[in-house]
Amino acid sequence: MSHSNGKALRSVGTRPVRPDGIDKVTGRAVFSADFNLPDALSGAVLRSPFAHARILRMDTSKALALPGVKAVVTAGDLPTISDEQAQINDQPPDFRDLSANILARGKVLYEGHAIAAVAAVDTESAQRALQLIDVEYEVLPHVIDVQQAMEPDAPVLHENMITRGITPAPTRPSNIASRHEQIHGDVELGFSQADITVTEEFTTQPVHQAYIEPHACMARVASDGQTEIWCSSQGQFMVRAYCARLLAMPLSQIRVIPLEIGGGFGGKTTVYLEPLAVMLARKSGRPVKMEMSRADVFRATGPASGSYISMKIGARKDGTLVAAQGILCYQAGAFAGSPVRLGCMTAFAPYDIANVKMIGYDVVVNRAKSAAYRAPGAPMASFAAESLIDMLALRLDMDPIELRIKNAAREGTRTAYGPGFREIGYLETLEAARAHPHYSAPLGKNQGRGVASGFWFNIGGQSSAAITLNEDGTVMVATGNPDIGGSRASMALMAAEVLEIDVNLVRPQIVDTSSIAYSDLTGGSRVTFAVGMAVTQAATQLVAELKQRAAKLWDVPDGQVSWRDGCAIAIVDGSDECLSLAALAAQAGKTGGPVAAHVSLNAQGAGPGFGTHICDVEVDSDTGRVTVLRYTAVQDVGRAVHPSYVEGQLQGGAAQGIGWALNEAYLYDDNGALLNPGFLDYRIPVASDLPMIDTVLVEVPNPRHPFGVRGVGEVPIIPPLGAVANAVSRATAARHVDLPMSPPAVLKTMQRAARRRR
Amino acid sequence: MHYHAPTELAEVAALLASAKGQGRVMAGGTDLLARFASGMPRPDMLVDIKQVTELMVIEQHDNGSFTVGAGVSGAVIGEHAALCRVWPGVTEAMELIGSVQIQGRASLGGNLCNASPAADSVPALITAGAHCRILGGQGERQVPVADVIQSPGKTCLASDEFIVSFYLPPRPARSADAYLRLIPRSEMDIAVAGAAVNVTLDNEGVVVAASVALGAVSAVPFAVPGAAELLMGSRMEDDLMAQFKTVVSSSCRPINDKRGTIDYRNHVAGVLAVRAARIAGERAAWKEKA
Amino acid sequence: MKQHICTSINGEITEFLCDSSATLLQVLRDNLQLTGTKEGCGSGDCGACSVMFNDRLVCSCLVLAVEAQNSRIDTIEGMATGDKLHPLQQSFLEHAALQCGICTPGFLVAAKALLDTNPSPTETEVRFWIAGNLCRCTGYDSIVRAILDAAEKMRHAETGVAP
Repeated sequence: MSHSNGKALRSVGTRPVRPDGIDKVTGRAVFSADFNLPDALSGAVLRSPFAHARILRMDTSKALALPGVKAVVTAGDLPTISDEQAQINDQPPDFRDLSANILARGKVLYEGHAIAAVAAVDTESAQRALQLIDVEYEVLPHVIDVQQAMEPDAPVLHENMITRGITPAPTRPSNIASRHEQIHGDVELGFSQADITVTEEFTTQPVHQAYIEPHACMARVASDGQTEIWCSSQGQFMVRAYCARLLAMPLSQIRVIPLEIGGGFGGKTTVYLEPLAVMLARKSGRPVKMEMSRADVFRATGPASGSYISMKIGARKDGTLVAAQGILCYQAGAFAGSPVRLGCMTAFAPYDIANVKMIGYDVVVNRAKSAAYRAPGAPMASFAAESLIDMLALRLDMDPIELRIKNAAREGTRTAYGPGFREIGYLETLEAARAHPHYSAPLGKNQGRGVASGFWFNIGGQSSAAITLNEDGTVMVATGNPDIGGSRASMALMAAEVLEIDVNLVRPQIVDTSSIAYSDLTGGSRVTFAVGMAVTQAATQLVAELKQRAAKLWDVPDGQVSWRDGCAIAIVDGSDECLSLAALAAQAGKTGGPVAAHVSLNAQGAGPGFGTHICDVEVDSDTGRVTVLRYTAVQDVGRAVHPSYVEGQLQGGAAQGIGWALNEAYLYDDNGALLNPGFLDYRIPVASDLPMIDTVLVEVPNPRHPFGVRGVGEVPIIPPLGAVANAVSRATAARHVDLPMSPPAVLKTMQRAARRRR
Repeated sequence: MHYHAPTELAEVAALLASAKGQGRVMAGGTDLLARFASGMPRPDMLVDIKQVTELMVIEQHDNGSFTVGAGVSGAVIGEHAALCRVWPGVTEAMELIGSVQIQGRASLGGNLCNASPAADSVPALITAGAHCRILGGQGERQVPVADVIQSPGKTCLASDEFIVSFYLPPRPARSADAYLRLIPRSEMDIAVAGAAVNVTLDNEGVVVAASVALGAVSAVPFAVPGAAELLMGSRMEDDLMAQFKTVVSSSCRPINDKRGTIDYRNHVAGVLAVRAARIAGERAAWKEKA
Repeated sequence: MKQHICTSINGEITEFLCDSSATLLQVLRDNLQLTGTKEGCGSGDCGACSVMFNDRLVCSCLVLAVEAQNSRIDTIEGMATGDKLHPLQQSFLEHAALQCGICTPGFLVAAKALLDTNPSPTETEVRFWIAGNLCRCTGYDSIVRAILDAAEKMRHAETGVAP
């Protein structure tokens, strides 16, 4: 089912102004905190001041007695979730954990862990009520660091946590939630064939998605239980499903109305406030609005996992990689579920290596439960792997791109995690990077150039789209996936392409959970691919229906009608006849009524994505401060539907990766309390930190999508960690293995290397 | 919290004296409001001084000295060409504080009275030999900037006192100052360490007057007379500057905190002081040519 | 006790009642329903709440609403003239200088303040001017280009010469 079939594309690949653009440059767009209802109460959350403590006693009566306070909820108000109800289709999350994350049960597991929520007539009363909740804690020893959490004498977060994935099962509880093993070939044999091995240990810190919009929501519950939730999230159907499971409600009783989302990057793929707002609204009988402060966002919402990684690669003298192995320990936060398995799978995916063994540990610590962050699990593992590749290139005195080309995965390569690659464009990204003027530009003193690659699976998934033809021939495209970075524009372009009409005649809409069939959430680089496939199929169905309607009007067989330039055409009684979309719409009443098409599918055939980045840095040799001088991101994007927004994904991902590499980190005091829950000391890149980020879109079409689309959003955050680290390492002639490479850390590594050289 | 926005100097002191509980002066409010937002209790009375003319003007006097109102914003300071020419270090230090948005509000008086060890403008004001004109119920007094901050968050001001203006003395030809700080990013951070140097050169390019002050490497910003003395009579030769760096680093008494370690701060203060001295020297020499 | 404040917002005389502790941001969003000005941090670190206050670019989260008495405030809602977008707004659309769009109003207000004082900024000047506005989506590239391009178009419009 390819619409390209030799015909030049008219809409796909163009750069129209996005349909929601005007609202977003004029301040009209309604984001989560912008939505208000008359009579709404203000909700607030009481959070734990301790990293690890038992709740001995909690008394909310004084809070409830405060004038203006209308409702208080605690964990006791949440239904108990049975083992059978713990998961949906055996997929994470574990709803018992999610429930305990939303309101702590018995124990608080991190500073900022929610323990109660109140609703009052205004924010001041709500805040005062929180202070009146009397809580008695027994403070317990805590553990923040992943390696310390794995020690046998570490404080245990969950007394019933027995490590999964080990036979025989351990008899004692620990903080290791699970062990994951991935074996490909014979790694011992592989290393015995190696002429050279490179071994190193790496650490990375948890980093926050740092979307600029804090979490917020509004909930309203009618006396019959019908519930409405207005919020921004990465999936209105996710919010509905999670709230229903957490609150033991039927899905039909909940309608989630998606508001504009101010950034997510994976961090809004779960719920924090919504179930609390529903419970408070239910108890009070009034709408309840809840907003997190920025400090709440940092303390209580998901960072990406921090990690400790030990890795080794082996190669022949000519650079051929023969073996790789790694032990990856990822911080899950307070509850199990880090993406360590994805780290194991992605680290060496760009390379054709016969023998790979990866072991992953999912480890709980007293920090906020980790959440997805763009290519979950991949950047830290890739940082380790790409650093080793760079070290190998230096040892062999080989060009780092040549070394990668020599070992690059191609069509037919069996991946270390199992399946074989079909059409992929990794080699093309390497060749484009090598040919880019950036790669041969001269470097000055204290400057270095780093290269790194990255891989992400990309996914499809369940998706729905509805297309309706308006009476005047304009077209509505409704989907159930929030638009985080311009996906409305992509949906409109794909529909316009199939209908062969001007994209401005197509109005895309993101609709609520009662207005379209289920869709998986926006994430994993799936929307343009999978929802785009639903839109394309719906548009194709609409064209088929319109051809039938035209045939009816002309009284000719269906097969005699074709579709061109937004019109049904046919030779009728020897003369060329044409019916425009508008003409067909106007006469729809005569031909069978309104014209519409709805497609729900589970998209298969997502095409893997690869990127290669080049980074130049200059290091101040007296202070260790790193300046990024030049940056180029090359990626196989399959087909860029709206190239500006594809480039934007590459640039944004690169900037996030640069922040991860250089300055972003959580800082804790001795009691496990977060010291930097704000943008002042949680240092995401600002405009003056970055150069222009050049992009090269390599287009190796994915044959399993009508327009050749591959997901593009995840890949660009993977290579920067390695690219920046390799650049800094080359600039300083010292290997930097710990992130972030903050000025003191870089200086220390440089001084240590200088002492060693002496 | 009662809010007042008096228009006369005399009203400010009277209001502060009349405050039941805690009274506080607000200029730009960039530190104060951020702290309210983080949960710090609000004072009982807030006195907004931005309607008082004397606090909001920059005056250049015939002898070359300047008076800068305590409430003048960084943006206005940065737009004052004469002040920037004569005191490039003081003005660049003020302009380094926060974003353009912060610059639209933040003031020298606020930066000093916030009494942060890392206040960017304070080391530069110390090396400039700036004095504060302080007014209160007991009358008026002049206090060197170097003596205002007593400990983190605490100044020498009595509860009914406030700073009216800063006095920057006249200076000889071939004088210039410079301020440098280290932050991890290029903007928006609090200084990990900061160094200000003010020098005067003679016709031969030899340093005849110098002062050096540091920020973020001690409980309060402070002058380093020993380092300044080293510069006297020199042309900032490389071997001398190595010694200068050591003196600066060894004068630091920093703490380990979320923004830096003791070792790193000691080291970087020395690096920055050397660089700032060289910039100040170049500026002074350049003024000689101009 | 609430205070009665009279001020000009986007050229309209506006009155409101507020507590002395309320910020200008809270009043704009909650009292006046001008929700185009966003709250990203409440501490002056993200710039999402940027507005013009007496012709100075400020974070409205760091201004008390009571300070607005007899003042002039300009917000994103006043940037377009009727249905005609400001050249910066148009440029942001054409350069795809927004992904999620939450930071966009703050960037536009900040960028307009820049071009009002410096009609031909360099890339470096643009980057340092907008350093107080955080964007997590774009990597700033398209925002910087949109501002530079709008500046050029506005200069040409001024001189009447087509770019």
